Amino acid sequence: MASAITVENLSKRYNIGQAPRDTMIREALVGLLKRGRKPAEAEAFWALKNVSFTVGQGEVVGIIGRNGAGKSTLLKVLSRIIYPTSGTVEVEGRVTSLLEVGTGFHEELTGRENIYLNGSILGMKKREINEKIDAIVDFAGVPRFIDTRIKFYSSGMRLRLGFAVAAHLDTEVLMVDEVLAVGDADFQKKCLRKMETLQSAGRTVLFVSHNLLAVEHLCPRVIWIDSGQVRCDGDAGDVMEAYMTSFNPVQQESAGLMNLDQRKGTGQVQFRGIEFLDTDGQPQTVTRTGDRLTIRLFYHAQETVSQPEFGIGLWAGLGTLVAALGTSTTGFEIPELPAGDGYLDLTIDALNLVEGRYLISMWTTGPNHYSSVDHCYDVIEHAAELNIEASDFYKSGKGVHRAYGIVVLPCEWRLAAEYSNEESSHFLARAPE
Amino acid sequence: MKRKSFSEIWKYRELLFFLAWRDVKIRYRQTALGAAWAVIQPLFTMLVFTLLFGKITKVPSDGIPYPIFAYSALLLWTYFSVTLGGATSSLVGNADLIRKVYFPRTALPASAILANLLDLLIAAVFLFLLMGYYRIRPSWGLLFLPLLILQVVIFAFGGGLILAALNVKYRDIKHALPFVMQLWMFLTPIIYPISVIPQRFRMFMALNPLAGIVETARACLFPSRHVDWHLLSVSIAMTLITSMIGMAYFRRAERDFGDII
Repeated sequence: MASAITVENLSKRYNIGQAPRDTMIREALVGLLKRGRKPAEAEAFWALKNVSFTVGQGEVVGIIGRNGAGKSTLLKVLSRIIYPTSGTVEVEGRVTSLLEVGTGFHEELTGRENIYLNGSILGMKKREINEKIDAIVDFAGVPRFIDTRIKFYSSGMRLRLGFAVAAHLDTEVLMVDEVLAVGDADFQKKCLRKMETLQSAGRTVLFVSHNLLAVEHLCPRVIWIDSGQVRCDGDAGDVMEAYMTSFNPVQQESAGLMNLDQRKGTGQVQFRGIEFLDTDGQPQTVTRTGDRLTIRLFYHAQETVSQPEFGIGLWAGLGTLVAALGTSTTGFEIPELPAGDGYLDLTIDALNLVEGRYLISMWTTGPNHYSSVDHCYDVIEHAAELNIEASDFYKSGKGVHRAYGIVVLPCEWRLAAEYSNEESSHFLARAPE
Repeated sequence: MKRKSFSEIWKYRELLFFLAWRDVKIRYRQTALGAAWAVIQPLFTMLVFTLLFGKITKVPSDGIPYPIFAYSALLLWTYFSVTLGGATSSLVGNADLIRKVYFPRTALPASAILANLLDLLIAAVFLFLLMGYYRIRPSWGLLFLPLLILQVVIFAFGGGLILAALNVKYRDIKHALPFVMQLWMFLTPIIYPISVIPQRFRMFMALNPLAGIVETARACLFPSRHVDWHLLSVSIAMTLITSMIGMAYFRRAERDFGDII
């Protein structure tokens, strides 16, 4: 099989401690004067280290790894946005990389004008766009607004327009980064379908994503990047399994908690685990919309602290905070927390959330220490995942799904119809006119 | 490597065109006066200069009516200064593109230069109206004007490449530029003819390519003046040197754009 992408000993070094943004000439001049007596050598951080792999033509390869493992850096190097410190990349054929949709859209231009601009930025020829413009407009579903400036578009329309252009790229090698992470479920499905067609058309696709389900669904081969290196490369099933089990050692020490490498705080009090319990205090295997749920937070206090506060944040996806439940805000005071281990139970009477995957962030802090994360005892973003299954919350036999929003609200309908028939008018309690 | 980068620019010529087209579209969208702004800027500068320098302080203009003497130079100067400013901010202003897509980065400063050509043409129409008003007969020299404009383009491109790349690294540039451009204008024979400068200083003035360009433009427009070939050749040499340094520096600097922009 001919190779489409060849990566050899690719490394990328960043110097941390230097301020690369908004640098000023003054510092450069000072640096010149002080030459020979350089200030403390900046610390080297290898975002990628000796990464090598080959992707054959027509292969669809997923790239997975934790946050900060180097996935995005790899994709950026492959798409020539940043230069490697050493090593080589060779890509055969016409390449398109999609790090976001709608790159270069301008508010003051119309939808049509933006299609041309965005298309040419992504490497399409004008003739090609002329041929495809009708299909693009159609795909985006915005024919009525195509000559309206996009500053009047909703964010959803903009996204669809951007994706419509991307979907009509005729490219031999496609690299995609997390584009699917945005947008609603329908849109994500559309994206996945499009990727499937690319796959069956024999295109080479490199797919970088957090969405393990999507990766598993699309990619027969997966490369797992860990700390800037290829940790595992091979059959999707094997790599996924290895990736999943890599979380386990952490879980034994701190049951059920994720993202511990990104925890912040002083550590005087630390979370040690989380458990979801049902009404009988038994571990809850399935949580449904509307269920009563107890979240048990295990902690360890190094020393006795007074008036600590605990709390969790419940997030839908990565961007929407559904609820923040803190001890102090909900009126629960802890005068003193003795040193040692213990747990706190937070019971939610009715979990009025529709099906889906929710993330739980947790924090603990001394009194009034909200100002800075670093002053808190312990803060872990997205420390746990809560999967909520659909239920027939409204008892209608119809069920409640993600398309219905995020929350379910206990409610009741009543009808007051205005009957023209006088005989029926007594059904209505009408205010005298 | 070098040949590859030129063929690549050719490959991306449509993008260059689209970026310039975007700049033109956006510049006058939602403005009441639209493209008239292209004339207003040099015109009003010319009016103020005529009043201050032509009428009050009586700066010599070698027998050419002062308004057209000033406007002919301001036409090219305005294009140069606006274009250089546009090219300088073109990379930082399109940071989102640089972070997300690959294309030859030179397309951004180049598009800024291309986009302003339209303004130059509009402002040039006004020059010909002025010439008609003062009954100045166009000579064959007029045909060389496009070549001078080409020289401004090449010089602005070279300088723009350097400043745009520097601006990515040192945001000081955007603070310094307006002030430097103001000084530069007074060091260029726009308000005054180069003939008022003592001979021994003219050598230094010649190092400013704009001096040669502006003086030659006047020689092309007004039959009474002659081309100073010495001045012009130094100007052309400086233009070529600047653009070569610009391209060499840009090629080296662009490797870091994705990381630091």
